[in-house]
Amino acid sequence: MAADDTQKFIAQLIRDNRVMLFMKGNRLFPQCGFSSVVVDILKSHKIPFGTFNVLQDMAVREGIKQYSEWPTIPQLYVDGEFIGGCDIVREMEQTGELAEKLAPVRPSS
Amino acid sequence: MSEPGPVAQAITRKLAEALNPAALEVINESHMHSVAPGSETHFKVVIASEAFAGKSPVARHRQVHALLKDELAGPVHALSIVAWTPDIWRQRRGAFPPSPKCLGGSKAG
Repeated sequence: MAADDTQKFIAQLIRDNRVMLFMKGNRLFPQCGFSSVVVDILKSHKIPFGTFNVLQDMAVREGIKQYSEWPTIPQLYVDGEFIGGCDIVREMEQTGELAEKLAPVRPSS
Repeated sequence: MSEPGPVAQAITRKLAEALNPAALEVINESHMHSVAPGSETHFKVVIASEAFAGKSPVARHRQVHALLKDELAGPVHALSIVAWTPDIWRQRRGAFPPSPKCLGGSKAG
């Protein structure tokens, strides 16, 4: 995949999933402790979220770092907005800011 | 604890010079991951600095990423960041969250 196509692919994933996590491994078998922490936090909020395993796609693994000019993975996006990596998500979880960010995404029933 | 390696020393020097930190800890966590003994690939930096005042978590992390651009483009492939103002640092009495366990992802490249 050309670099431009990779950026389009990433943008599409972020458009298609209101909560989108780029991670190592998948939600059942995270392959990195930092990714695993974010998956556990998202699961606890009982909201739907998409994941993409960057270990299976080198172009996306490098492309996502350029997409938000952020050098590490995992990366969490909510409604197109870059939220942060594991450290930031964990801190926002503690302060309640993450729950606020996710409130519009939570199923109403 | 062994002496800090050249990468750890460079990280410490760059952060200390740029951020005038009230507290600074650079921890080599490579031994927690599936890399060769003595590696300098996985780091955690804990910094308290007035330079972070009034900035969002993402902006604080970006500030650290920019200072460590060379290391992130080179040997360092995981960087966990705790970036607080000195006030928050004192409130939390310098206690920062531990890093999660590795789940083997670095083996996959």
